[in-house]
Amino acid sequence: MIRAELKRMAEEERQRQERLFCRIMVCAGTPCLSAGALPVLEALREAVAESRLDAGIEAVGTGCMGPCSRGPLVKVRIRGKETVYERVTPELARQILFSVVKGRRPPTVAALPPELPFFARQMKVVLANSGSINPERIEEYAASGGYSALSHALHEMTPEEVCREISTSGLRGRGGAGYPTGVKWNLARKAPGERKYVVANGDEGDPGAYMDRSVMESDPHRVLEGMALAGYAIGAEQGFIYVRGEYYLAGRRLEAAIRDAERKGLLGSRVLGSNFNFRIDIRTGAGAFVCGEETSLMASIMGKRGQPWHRPPYPAQRGLWGSPTLINNVETLAAVPVVIGRGADWFAGVGTARSKGTKVYALSGQVETTGLIEVPMGTTLREVVFEIGGGIPSGKQFKAAQTGGPSGGSIPAEHLDTPLDYESLEAIGTIMGSGGLIIMDETSCMPDVASFFLDFCRDESCGKCVPCRVGTIEMHRLLRRITSGTATMDDLYRLEELCDLVGATSLCGLGMTAPNPVVSTLRYFRAEYEAHIRERRCPAGACSIEPLPPGPEGPELLHAAGAPEEAD
Amino acid sequence: MPVITLSIDDELVSGRADESLLQVIREHGITLPTLCHMEGLSERGGCRLCIVEVEGAARPLPACTTPAREGMVVRTDTERLRRYRRMIVELMLAERNHYCAVCVSIGNCELQRVAAALGVDHVRYEYLSPRLSMDLSHDRFGIDHNRCILCTRCVRVCDEVEGVHTWDISGRGVRSRIIADLNHPWGTSDSCTSCGKCVQVCPTGALFTKGVVVGEMVKDPGMLLRVLEGREKKEWAG
Ligand SMILES: Cc1cc2nc3c(=O)[nH]c(=O)nc-3n(C[C@H](O)[C@H](O)[C@H](O)COP(=O)(O)O)c2cc1C
Ligand code: SF4
Ligand code: SF4
Ligand code: SF4
Ligand code: SF4
Ligand code: FES
Ligand code: FES
Repeated sequence: MIRAELKRMAEEERQRQERLFCRIMVCAGTPCLSAGALPVLEALREAVAESRLDAGIEAVGTGCMGPCSRGPLVKVRIRGKETVYERVTPELARQILFSVVKGRRPPTVAALPPELPFFARQMKVVLANSGSINPERIEEYAASGGYSALSHALHEMTPEEVCREISTSGLRGRGGAGYPTGVKWNLARKAPGERKYVVANGDEGDPGAYMDRSVMESDPHRVLEGMALAGYAIGAEQGFIYVRGEYYLAGRRLEAAIRDAERKGLLGSRVLGSNFNFRIDIRTGAGAFVCGEETSLMASIMGKRGQPWHRPPYPAQRGLWGSPTLINNVETLAAVPVVIGRGADWFAGVGTARSKGTKVYALSGQVETTGLIEVPMGTTLREVVFEIGGGIPSGKQFKAAQTGGPSGGSIPAEHLDTPLDYESLEAIGTIMGSGGLIIMDETSCMPDVASFFLDFCRDESCGKCVPCRVGTIEMHRLLRRITSGTATMDDLYRLEELCDLVGATSLCGLGMTAPNPVVSTLRYFRAEYEAHIRERRCPAGACSIEPLPPGPEGPELLHAAGAPEEAD
Repeated sequence: MPVITLSIDDELVSGRADESLLQVIREHGITLPTLCHMEGLSERGGCRLCIVEVEGAARPLPACTTPAREGMVVRTDTERLRRYRRMIVELMLAERNHYCAVCVSIGNCELQRVAAALGVDHVRYEYLSPRLSMDLSHDRFGIDHNRCILCTRCVRVCDEVEGVHTWDISGRGVRSRIIADLNHPWGTSDSCTSCGKCVQVCPTGALFTKGVVVGEMVKDPGMLLRVLEGREKKEWAG
């Protein structure tokens, strides 16, 4: 397909949608599907067919609409006006369709008010299409302007200009470290090498996080377009998208998207009639957190044991099969078509001085509406929790928010007005991370929260280096002693000492950051730790203070704590 | 290779540009504890005992996997490094069962030696005391997982020098274990040539020759370099 054909495909789809009297969209993201979205979609399709209005009404499945805890969600669009319904059953779906057919206004029961801050306060850039296009139709992506950035770059920009545009935009990596994307692209572009590779990191192992899954499920072509732009910019002809095995739906939709894009000449050889060739293949991970780390991700792609390797050399110097490799997070790549399409200046106009653009968060925990949100960098935690999220349920008090998953830290109530951006978060001892945002109320016990994350890290440690392999398990044991009321102040001292060791001497980011949840809860909630130790009570009332069995722990406990087992 | 100059413990020393920090440091007669490193094998960077402080780096860096660079300012023996190394050894000792008194390698064990040199006279961390097996199915050798520190020297020597890759690791984290072939008893391994290289490079009492009495399991760390040198010079060719 050449440029004009892409334009034609987009235009035809736009006109087709305009001719529709009504478009009903059912959220088919993983959370809504598990809440029963499929029967809703089927009921709607049947009802449309029965009413013989298929020419004027269309029921489609889309990606995530956002307020996942209120799913299944249904969005009805009549002449540009949209109404969103929550917790829709097949029965309610039929009712909605019925009143639409009869020319009545759709029922207001279960309709979310359009001015709901959850929607009104967001700014959807990366998620612009999520929840409004059918991710399984390339035409709909094109109709929303998709692939026009790629077309623009291929025909009007040099690779150098594309890199410069990304640098000017101020885009930074959304995978955790916040490294300037433009700098990374330039390094990869300049690195000498016959072959180069682009990798999209869709491993997303952080507990509770599903930003990348949602982007891949809801708008797979956006990721492909971002990868193709990256390939053009650095001179790569091959891309890999690494999707964790649990993300079955994301993998399937990406697969279909790659096939469709290839068929239409938007991937493959001579993309859009240019001289640029770009192939994308999917690699499925087995679901080890450490495989999200770039060096172990590359090992995994090459079919080796997924263990990190010492850097330098960095992937941009020596990556897959020794060739320069650009690794970016899925959300980072999904922002790329916007940067190129709308221009770096537009992108740099959103956000704060050093954190540009928007950020997607998976808002979870003790907050009225949980789900997927996107806000400009610099939006405060208070706005996110109390306006977008609707505050803490059951009249309870906000206690803390954990950002950055197991590598991050907690923010106490006194810092509710902290802007969510890379620098401000770092200043209060936590990180942006990949965007997991867990809200905790007064019933959460902070040592217990720290123990939860340590539990995750020791389970996910790859075992290559001693501080992480053994240090995390010893730290978790000390935390368990604290939450069970059997610790001494000496244990707390030993815990702090281990935090220092594991953070300073581990090989990769997993071990280096594993102590963060402990360090940050100790910083703000030390009194809680001391209450468990000195007074043998849990101020939040969450821990059952029961002494651990005395003496050496039994085999069951060892097993639970992840000790190696007796060989068969 | 161009010559570079760097400062190690306040002394200016020279090295080659393709060397690791560990090589330069050792060439200048400074001892640095190591367990996963072995000359002749690829570097792993797993034990973290060879950490040094490099000016400008936020964290200590392992000397074995860090390339030496012009102008580096390196410190090998600060109070902080000594403390970290002691803690790392304590963690190693707590991970599995190290009852030296009944171990074939007592007195000839690198872990024991490193621990003694660092002044580790007790372990402050909870012993994990896993119940691990011993595999005595091989005619001449045995492996006692209770003494293994997962340095993977055996894995690397078997793969990189003997060229058969009998050993590998299964599992992850503290559940990691050395396995022969696809987790079969060593004695039934089709790939093992019984060359004994893995036994010679094992720093602890984990891999041993059968029939050796406690305290007599002397290993020959020079074996590997002799083999590699001999190959280089084609001593056994034709
Ligand atoms: C233990 C560990 C797990 C990681 N997991 C992920 C992940 O799931 N997804 C991701 O994009 N980056 C992950 N990262 C960060 C990547 O190593 C890498 O920095 C990132 O993919 C680079 O992309 P970006 O510059 O676009 O953020 C992880 C890092 C560590 C240390
Ligand atoms: S820090 Fe942990 S995950 Fe990373 S290499 Fe070491 S053991 Fe593996
Ligand atoms: S392997 Fe070394 S440290 Fe472990 S018990 Fe044997 S002699 Fe002691
Ligand atoms: S004896 Fe030789 S071949 Fe057998 S496992 Fe050891 S190193 Fe490999
Ligand atoms: S068996 Fe010996 S050489 Fe092999 S990993 Fe264990 S301690 Fe290292
Ligand atoms: S999956 Fe339906 S709103 Fe998120
Ligand atoms: S010798 Fe350097 S990390 Fe083990």
